[in-house]
Amino acid sequence: MSDLPQTVDENILAVRDLSFYYGDFRGLSNVSLDIAKSKVTAFIGPSGCGKSTLLRTFNRMYDLYPGQRAEGQVLFHGRNLLDRKQDVNLVRAKIGMVFQKPTPFPMSIYENIAFGVRLYERLSKSEMDLRVEWALRKAALWEETRNKLQQSGLSLSGGQQQRLCIARTIAVKPEIVLLDEPTSALDPLSTAKIEELINELKSDYTIAIVTHNMQQAARISDYTAFMYVGELIEFGRTNEVFVKPRCQQTEDYITGRFG
Amino acid sequence: MNTHLSKQFDLELENIRTRILQMGGLVERQVLAAIEAFGTGNIEEMQQVIRNDREVDAYEVGIDEDCTLLIARRQPTARDLRLVMAISRIVTDLERSGDKAAKIANKSRKVYRAGARRIPRISDVEHCGQLATDMLHGALDALARMDVDAARQVIGADKEIDEAFNAILRQLVTYMMEDPRTISEALDVIWIAKAIERVGDHATNIAENVIYTVSGIDVRHTGPAARKAVRE
Repeated sequence: MSDLPQTVDENILAVRDLSFYYGDFRGLSNVSLDIAKSKVTAFIGPSGCGKSTLLRTFNRMYDLYPGQRAEGQVLFHGRNLLDRKQDVNLVRAKIGMVFQKPTPFPMSIYENIAFGVRLYERLSKSEMDLRVEWALRKAALWEETRNKLQQSGLSLSGGQQQRLCIARTIAVKPEIVLLDEPTSALDPLSTAKIEELINELKSDYTIAIVTHNMQQAARISDYTAFMYVGELIEFGRTNEVFVKPRCQQTEDYITGRFG
Repeated sequence: MNTHLSKQFDLELENIRTRILQMGGLVERQVLAAIEAFGTGNIEEMQQVIRNDREVDAYEVGIDEDCTLLIARRQPTARDLRLVMAISRIVTDLERSGDKAAKIANKSRKVYRAGARRIPRISDVEHCGQLATDMLHGALDALARMDVDAARQVIGADKEIDEAFNAILRQLVTYMMEDPRTISEALDVIWIAKAIERVGDHATNIAENVIYTVSGIDVRHTGPAARKAVRE
């Protein structure tokens, strides 16, 4: 795309000319786009298109793996997150992530949430109690767990576990929540609950979600980015992308004519 | 890249497309027959048109159901979605056009049965009918080929039919004023001409939906300039 895709809303994250390498393999090529504040941006595309790779650069998840490196800029409040001098822990406090498989820590429901908060804040017991309740309420899990906060997080169902992971992420009060296929391991009802939750969370948080489920992107997102072999093919308002995409490749993909 | 990964999806879409074109063909024959019978006074042909309207209605119900099922089962997007939406609107326009054919036949039968000595402005109405059937044919052709240029031509032709109708109306009003005994049959002819004019409007709607399907641009209630701006 010649011109930079635009959002009409205030932006919180600006990706500029981002390329990503797994060793010699180039996983992302010159991606540029803006993430709108307090909106849901969905990334779709076939497996291996780079959508998860892109999401992982937003909070430097790749730092954990040697041989992976990013070039370009991811600007957050005017600072480049990819800068070596940038404090990674601070980035991850502001930009939280939820993964495909629910990953509660092998500890109590209460501790699952308090654990992360303690890394960044010093709270009294009563303040922490309030924070745990607040996070569980935000994640629509409070009613189901209020009487068993000391039970293991692993005792919850898959859908509940995923909501616990979301509660854990928002407990540290991030600005952006990254969701990497958060419902692909869940049944339709749990999926619907997570989607409902995403819709509620977006008034307070900016959400970027990678999903294999195109209809999910259509249902929950304000903006959709379609990626293919490491390139951003099309980015625009979801209402336009799913009714009248600009690029033939996007059209072929979302109508199921790909490949 | 014109086929879906799902062959069944292709078949379902193709089936809807085929059926809407069949329905279009039937409606076109109905309108032609009704106008021809009005000119010739063939009562049997008029009755046949009235009877056939049930078949048109059955198409409407069937295609509507197919569209609903396709949306429920396939969640079509982009051009597939636009096609399904357009077809479900076109079905309505075709069904209404079918109703107009039946109305023309019905009113013609009434005029001829009343033993009118002379049907006023018969050739003008036939001319108007020719314009309408040409438009309907053009719209269906544009639909079959998904041809934006052809669709745009159909929309442009609507002005001509409106003018032809207004001319008939003015003449018949004068006719009625001259001789009040002709009011009854003159009114019936006005109804017939009005029905023909409406077929032209429905043809226009169909053409607008073809443009929407192909380009994604909704040209309803816009001027000629907006339609011209639509490129494939």
